[in-house]
Amino acid sequence: MESVIFYIFAAILLFAATMVITVRNPVRAALFLVLAFFTSAGIWLMLEAEFLAISLVLVYVGAVLVLFLFVVMMLDIDLAPLKEGFTRYLPLGIIVAALIVVEMIAVLNAPQFDISAAQATDGSNTKMLGRLLYTVYVYPFEIASVILTVAIVAAITLTLREHHRKLQDPAKQVMVKSADRLRMVDLRSKKQDGEGSES
Amino acid sequence: MIVLSDYLILAAILFSLSLAGIFLNRKNIIILLMCIELMLLAVNLNFIAFSHFLGDPAGQVFVFFILTVAAAEAAIGLAILVVLFRNLSTINVSDLDRLKG
Repeated sequence: MESVIFYIFAAILLFAATMVITVRNPVRAALFLVLAFFTSAGIWLMLEAEFLAISLVLVYVGAVLVLFLFVVMMLDIDLAPLKEGFTRYLPLGIIVAALIVVEMIAVLNAPQFDISAAQATDGSNTKMLGRLLYTVYVYPFEIASVILTVAIVAAITLTLREHHRKLQDPAKQVMVKSADRLRMVDLRSKKQDGEGSES
Repeated sequence: MIVLSDYLILAAILFSLSLAGIFLNRKNIIILLMCIELMLLAVNLNFIAFSHFLGDPAGQVFVFFILTVAAAEAAIGLAILVVLFRNLSTINVSDLDRLKG
């Protein structure tokens, strides 16, 4: 039963990956990437990595791939010149990929990798990961948060357009005088003017 | 029964598929970024498979960090892509020859 589920998930994952690299439209490629990430989250659930599977769906499918979709739809791309060279490089790509697969399978079929007895982990996967992250790996965890902050700052400064910004100049705000704000207009009232009053 | 090498072979096939994708779509930066994401996914699958079959939770912690770095990389890469498209109105890799290298 478990192996049937594994082979179904593996087939869907490889199909989605193949579609990502072959479809013409980048929007469809992004959607197939979503399928690939969902399927591998299922495989991670089979490997008892529940927290990472959920965070893959939440963080990756929910944020990163939606960002991909945003960018793909925002840019007005001319698709025709982007696909040229596809058939020219197809044989080379297939040969290199097949060679890598054959080599890796030759290595990975070694008896050292024939482990089937999974060590039973006790308790919640999330609790175990949290305990590890906040004790043994606390410094890498802090560095990861710094990396995320740097990424936010870099992404915002890259895409910010200076001349489109509305800015207040604090020096001008401080130096302002009441005369700049209020303009006195000398208006003569009609009554003082005397004779010209009507009725 | 599913053994460790099945997961490793699946990850290897996924990795080589995304490598072939880099060969095939060498004009389109968006697809190149997606292929890099697929590669990282294959590596993560390796880490989690080893972590499960050897009973060592350190592999899952590493997958956590790889996910963090990959999210940062995707955000910065897409920001660079947007700036590039604003300046050149193309994302064709062969048009990016301003440095004349």
